Amino acid sequence: MSPVTTDQPPTPSAPSKDRSGAQLTGALMAAMRGNMRQYGMLIALGLIVVLFQIWTDGTLLMPRNVSNIVQQNSYILILAIGMMIVIIAGHIDLSVGSLAAFVGAIAAVLMVEQGWSWPLALAASLVIGAIAGAWQGFWIAYVGIPSFIVTLAGMLLFRGATQIVLEGQSISPFPKGFQNISQGFLPEVGPDTNYHNLTLFIGAAVAVVVLWQQWRDRRRQLAYELEVLPLKLWVAKCAAIAAAVMVFTMLLASYRGVPIVLLIMSGLLIALGFVMRNAVVGRHVYALGGNKAAAKLSGVKDKRVTFLVFVNMGVLAALAGCVYAARLNAGTPQAGINFELEAIAAAFIGGASMSGGVGTVLGAIIGGLVLGVLNNGMSLVGIGTDYQQVIKGLVLLAAVGFDVWNKRRAGA
Amino acid sequence: MSTATTDKHDVQAPVLEMRAITKTFPGVKALSGVDLSVAPGEIHAVCGENGAGKSTLMKVLSGVHPHGSYEGEILFEGQSCAFKDIGASEQRGIVIIHQELALVPYLSIAENIFLGNEHASRGIISWSETLRHAAALLKRVGLGAEKPQTRIADLGVGKQQLVEIAKALSKQVKLLILDEPTAALNDEDSRALLDLILEFKAQGIACILISHKLNEVRRVADRVTILRDGRTIETLDAVEASEDRIIRGMVGRDLDRRFPERTAYEGPHSVALAVENWTVRHPIDHERKVVDSASLEVRRGEIVGIAGLMGAGRTELAMSVFGRSYGVYDGGRVLVDGQEVSTRTVPDAIKQGLAYVTEDRKTYGLNLIDDINRNISLASLPKLARRGVVDEHAERRVAESFRTSLKIKAPTVYETVGRLSGGNQQKVVLGKWIHADPEVLILDEPTRGIDVGAKYEIYTVIDQLAARGKAVLFISSELPELLGMCDRVYTMAAGRVTGEVARAEATQEVLMRQMTQHARNES
Repeated sequence: MSPVTTDQPPTPSAPSKDRSGAQLTGALMAAMRGNMRQYGMLIALGLIVVLFQIWTDGTLLMPRNVSNIVQQNSYILILAIGMMIVIIAGHIDLSVGSLAAFVGAIAAVLMVEQGWSWPLALAASLVIGAIAGAWQGFWIAYVGIPSFIVTLAGMLLFRGATQIVLEGQSISPFPKGFQNISQGFLPEVGPDTNYHNLTLFIGAAVAVVVLWQQWRDRRRQLAYELEVLPLKLWVAKCAAIAAAVMVFTMLLASYRGVPIVLLIMSGLLIALGFVMRNAVVGRHVYALGGNKAAAKLSGVKDKRVTFLVFVNMGVLAALAGCVYAARLNAGTPQAGINFELEAIAAAFIGGASMSGGVGTVLGAIIGGLVLGVLNNGMSLVGIGTDYQQVIKGLVLLAAVGFDVWNKRRAGA
Repeated sequence: MSTATTDKHDVQAPVLEMRAITKTFPGVKALSGVDLSVAPGEIHAVCGENGAGKSTLMKVLSGVHPHGSYEGEILFEGQSCAFKDIGASEQRGIVIIHQELALVPYLSIAENIFLGNEHASRGIISWSETLRHAAALLKRVGLGAEKPQTRIADLGVGKQQLVEIAKALSKQVKLLILDEPTAALNDEDSRALLDLILEFKAQGIACILISHKLNEVRRVADRVTILRDGRTIETLDAVEASEDRIIRGMVGRDLDRRFPERTAYEGPHSVALAVENWTVRHPIDHERKVVDSASLEVRRGEIVGIAGLMGAGRTELAMSVFGRSYGVYDGGRVLVDGQEVSTRTVPDAIKQGLAYVTEDRKTYGLNLIDDINRNISLASLPKLARRGVVDEHAERRVAESFRTSLKIKAPTVYETVGRLSGGNQQKVVLGKWIHADPEVLILDEPTRGIDVGAKYEIYTVIDQLAARGKAVLFISSELPELLGMCDRVYTMAAGRVTGEVARAEATQEVLMRQMTQHARNES
């Protein structure tokens, strides 16, 4: 059974026997209308999972492969989070792949050639990412050069710098601790249960927290007399969420537990999701992307916000670079090629708009997973990379095309 | 004044006749039964307040509003016309030159003149032909000294205007429509342009001139048609059309009870905002002073109007004071409560208790793709946040309270602002700034494009703000609105404050006289 398809609770056919079925469907449609692209992509993700689950005779959702999908796509997902924020602010960043390679190279030199301890090297890498982001942010925000051009320059610059740092060679191997960033799992604790105990515990905790949040949100919405889902639907939704969390947990727990990189990504998703939704600076990013002139006249410090968005992107690119290097267990000049395009595609599939002002961090993750599961599934069934590219291109076009069509219909 | 040939007009068949033109926009009747008749070789001025329907009438004539979207009949050279777009009217020789120039800045003069109308065979442009023809046209409009290869961006506004006219000539123009052609020009360029129109007249080209500058109208027009509230009020021959007569026609509408009774403010009426000798230069053309040592003051509990015609510098003054958001600052002081303060950036201005509600809410006021909730909170997020984290519940309570108190018609505060009507959008902008709790509110055309009912509600909000001791600076092009709401009214013309009128002495005629003062001094 797929953890994701269960997220779509009441299939219209199920409750259609009684009269409230139509109402429930109507309420569901109403709830989805506002966020068509994200819900649409969630459904698409579910369908893709089911499709490949069948096509691969169940290999896709084998515990080992689920861990694999997470680890394989982690660096793209990390980039996609930052890219989403950049795009919401009305910009683009083409340099992230090169920057990730550059930072991976620096980390390699520091650890392998200079003998730095890995935590120190990691910290230095993130600082370098922040500086690189600040460099680009400076030209974009304060000098006013379009981000497309600044980051295109950055793409060349950091790629070249990577080759200079590595002198065209790969550098390896890394300390075990560094490799664990990408390849490691949480440690085993407690008695032998055939499952990874800590993972079970974390899964249960996540389920409880998420359900509690859902309940709290609903209660507040009711208190403010806002429209809420009908109770039946809400219960179904909660059940679906809980089921999805449990299934995913079981899959991870029956292999080697929670990958460390999943924790990192979850942390980013929660933290940056919170910043974008609840922090003043996050709101300012949306306002800038939505209408820069109005935002400026409302007292938004447009330059500073833009600058910070690129610093954030730089740090995330550095992190992605370290994760990728850790996965390869080497710093190589070829790292990170086309990462920027994958990240941009993930953001647009996940609901970003070319003109800025819309999108969510969660959307970037969904978009990234759509691409990631497609990659993984197509590889499992033996579709060559040539056809994979074609299919991914069509998926991107279809996702954005659907959104454009949907908006036009809503507008008319 | 031109040598009047009024008698001839009655004899000759008119080149253009617009009969009973009615144009309705959703909720607004922009034109109702307007008649306009232009004789061959006549310069016919159309006058009216902002919003009287002049531009709409010209858009109907030129096919911007296509046939079928309006009622009434257009006869050009005796034939009934049904233009489906602007190309169709140009085909017949009707060319409109808009106030905002439609030139491509980085193309040459010649390329601009023949844009969309190129000298080409099978898609290949003949440059020698283009340049030769362009040079001839430039000579005709008195730009013989300019090379046809010169980029438009390298020309001053006055010369750009002349290039527009050359472009019109290239289309075999029979009726030239000029919409505020001199609004952005200095005296010398204006005079050259008007001379040119008189020359065309001698060549038999008819011209419709829309202008706020009554002295110019008097100088060149043979007849004047006055519009008011979307109706033709009268058509005057040049001899009867004195400036006073035109002004009376433009403003002669009854003031009825369209405004709430003003509520008195009980506290001390100290000066909340004073602007002294404020000067701003044009952001691109640094030679031009858009605001020229303007001074004014607003007291607590007072509503003070700024009246002025298009291009008088009202918005530019307000935006410049509010965080230098327009043009290049060139001297002047801002005092809040008697203390000189810096309003160098928008956050500074907000910190000093200023708020500016923009004239163009869609471009400068709202994030149209976001909801009511977040638009209202945007200017005062720090107030709703603790340690940088927005309290969403407080935010929603605020939005909800404004939805109720300002009567914003929307099902929830999560409605996307872009889907609201103009009046409700304006209320959202007002809510945003009221929540920022400023001491001084600058309202720029707060009722533009809003229906009458919503206007009344907005007036009520403004009145209540003043009654609570806020100082309100009220910029408006609608004189009745200023007369109905303000304690005092400043008038501006060509960047200068040309007068200050207390409510008791203010009439539309007095204001209009001061608003056109600059223009009169010129001639």
